[in-house]
Amino acid sequence: MSTLKVLNEDFSSWKCSVCNEALKPAPVELEYLDSVFNVELPSCPKCGLVLIPEDLALGKMGEVERLLEDK
Amino acid sequence: MDQKNLRIWEARCTQEEPPKCKAKCPLHVDGRELCRLLAAGQVDKAWAVLCKTMPFPGITARICDGICQKDCLREKVGGGIKVAALEQFCAENAKRTPPVRALPDKGKKIAVFGAFLPGLAAAWDLGKKGFSVTVFCDNKFEALESQLNKTITKNIFEKELSQLGKMNVSFEENCLINAELVFNTQKDFDAIFVDPLSCPSEQLGIAPPDAATLQTEKENLFASVGLSIGSPVSLIAIGRKGALSIERAMQNASLTAGRDRDNPFETRLYTNISNVQTVPPVEIPENGYSQEQAKKEAGRCLLCECMECVNNCVYLEEFKKYPKAYARQIYNNASIVMGTRQANNLINSCMLCGLCEEVCPDNFSMKDLCLEARQDLVEKGHMPPSAHEFAFRDMEFADSSSCSLVKHEKGLKKSRQVFFPGCQLTASDPGAVERSYKHLCSTLEGGTGLMLRCCGAPADWAGQKDMFNRKMESLERDWISLGRPIIIAACPSCIESLRKGLPEAEIRSLWSDLASGHKELQQVTEARKLSLQDPCSARHNHELMADVRNLLSSMEISFNEPELSGAMTECCGFGGLLASANEPLSVKVAERRGEKLSDDGITYCAMCRDLLAKAGKRCMHILDIIFPSGIADAAARPAPGYSERRENRVRLKENLLKELWYEGIPPRNDYESILIEFTDEAHKLMEERRILLSDVQKTIQAAQDSGKELENIETGHKLVHFRPVTVTYWVEYEKSEINKYLVHRVWSHRMRILGGVS
Repeated sequence: MSTLKVLNEDFSSWKCSVCNEALKPAPVELEYLDSVFNVELPSCPKCGLVLIPEDLALGKMGEVERLLEDK
Repeated sequence: MDQKNLRIWEARCTQEEPPKCKAKCPLHVDGRELCRLLAAGQVDKAWAVLCKTMPFPGITARICDGICQKDCLREKVGGGIKVAALEQFCAENAKRTPPVRALPDKGKKIAVFGAFLPGLAAAWDLGKKGFSVTVFCDNKFEALESQLNKTITKNIFEKELSQLGKMNVSFEENCLINAELVFNTQKDFDAIFVDPLSCPSEQLGIAPPDAATLQTEKENLFASVGLSIGSPVSLIAIGRKGALSIERAMQNASLTAGRDRDNPFETRLYTNISNVQTVPPVEIPENGYSQEQAKKEAGRCLLCECMECVNNCVYLEEFKKYPKAYARQIYNNASIVMGTRQANNLINSCMLCGLCEEVCPDNFSMKDLCLEARQDLVEKGHMPPSAHEFAFRDMEFADSSSCSLVKHEKGLKKSRQVFFPGCQLTASDPGAVERSYKHLCSTLEGGTGLMLRCCGAPADWAGQKDMFNRKMESLERDWISLGRPIIIAACPSCIESLRKGLPEAEIRSLWSDLASGHKELQQVTEARKLSLQDPCSARHNHELMADVRNLLSSMEISFNEPELSGAMTECCGFGGLLASANEPLSVKVAERRGEKLSDDGITYCAMCRDLLAKAGKRCMHILDIIFPSGIADAAARPAPGYSERRENRVRLKENLLKELWYEGIPPRNDYESILIEFTDEAHKLMEERRILLSDVQKTIQAAQDSGKELENIETGHKLVHFRPVTVTYWVEYEKSEINKYLVHRVWSHRMRILGGVS
């Protein structure tokens, strides 16, 4: 599965408090109603803690959720 | 819904039925479209409408006698539209006539005997369809000379005849049309039409042809009994009828199928003219209408349509069509195996309020259609999870041990009646519930119990039959535990739901009890103007609506009623879980309803009160007057937010247990001790995004437990997320003191984070 690139902004001002590492884009699996997506998201390079930015959650992600709900 | 049911649904909506003018015209010319275009100054397009329907339009438009005018609905409000004069105007003034193109040659030869209007019309229609037509006649100008020379110039007539030539229609002139010629010629042609003005069936020596098809006892011979020269358009229609029969005969198709509307017919289209102003017709000058006059006359057209329901419903208007089209969309939605169900939002946005059924001349009920569709979606597992989840969570919370309560009156072991305020009134105005209950306890004998819980209506509205049944079973157990008391309900939706799910119980409205004991109520001294908002769930509960009016009158409260009131009342936007499935539309509905109430609203449904208040309409609940809380301006009381509604229910139970039953209060959840403050922006986001205080508290608690958090090195804000069940919540905050948080932003999504991919 190819990785979807949906974010252009820089999220390196966010760091993982536990690992003290700046977030870097990394492929993350997301799932809704049995559909799985591989999306590049800011993540902690050590522990993998992910950030889903507000604009993504309410924008593209919300759209996909609604689409899948109507499938 | 199967195909047959779809047809039944579709047939109930008359919006697609033709207007009277079109139905009554022998040629079914669309007078409404003609007027619409002329009124917009589009003369060429209006002319194209005529050219589409009329054979030889240059002639027909000038000789039409406008028999539709007497059936025009305008007749009752000023006078029927002068369609014939408008047609003449088009014929005289159109700059462009659409070219007539015949279909490719079908390889069939047709003979037409007679060149009067019926014969010419048959030749025109057949020629256009690609048949080779020979017209046998005495003289191809016989129609002009015998019938039309007063209205049509030879020049115009010739111009239209020349069109026939382009359509493979030729003339054999100087023929004496009689039975001998017809029968001798028959063998050379595939079919024959005999113009009754040249040679009626009597002269052919055959039995009268079938009136509906003009079929005769002779194969492929079509004729008509003798006609008096009447309406020219009716004569043209005879030719058209013969041509259609010949076309069908040549295709071996049924001559009769689907032709019940060939002749002028009664349309089923309903058009409400009760609010139409009388406007007299524009007089026709000797030389016909000028452009301005034609525009003005066409502008009087009512553009007949039904749209009774759509004009009275924001929801029906929102989806841009009308019930017939919606029934088709809903049917298609259910038929989808692979692909997107486009009508889910349509199905879930109906308020189920029943107003359309009341205003529709054929009682089309979008409520029944949408509820059935919802039940079908649920049954098949296709209901979008997000549509009603928030409402279900609210229902479950109202029925949880934090809020629900089932008790006999303090010190008593039985209840003759039980007060059932409903979970939304307790959420909206817990104080009013407390005051009402105390009043009932002090005035009613035999013990008055209290039941705090949800009535199950949300499950019913969402099409969740099993969930509704489970709710009703648990409700029944509670009711039986109190000894099957009379239920005194304060909410009209509860009354409806309880009567449906608990038919063995006697259900009364709080208002009927208060109306009968009104003398003990405080008299309201302050006079104010009020507009009554009947909730949609009271629509068929005439007793309830009468009780409320009696109660208000007995308290000397004067009120007016909006145009749509009582059985015709409009929903506030909460009904059918609209606020859960399509909140922006719900706000629109509330705003529109608010505008219809001329003064401060007064209602007896907590959701009507809160949705109208949220939409900026000053509105009171009737309990604000009966048991005033003491606040200065009850109509301006803000509608509590989602979290506050929950807190209100919990506090109500705590207060009642403490004050009335002297009982201890159940402990609160751990996360509730987390102190949260919100920036104004965050507070707004919480409501818009339907995120609860408890969601935020749980998320912060989960982060405290796991230690997982993100930190912004520029702002110092922390960001944590948590997924209690089906939604992931994100909270961005700054920690001010120990266990005290200032929340800046909140958001959520339904997608699940599975984790990083290596």
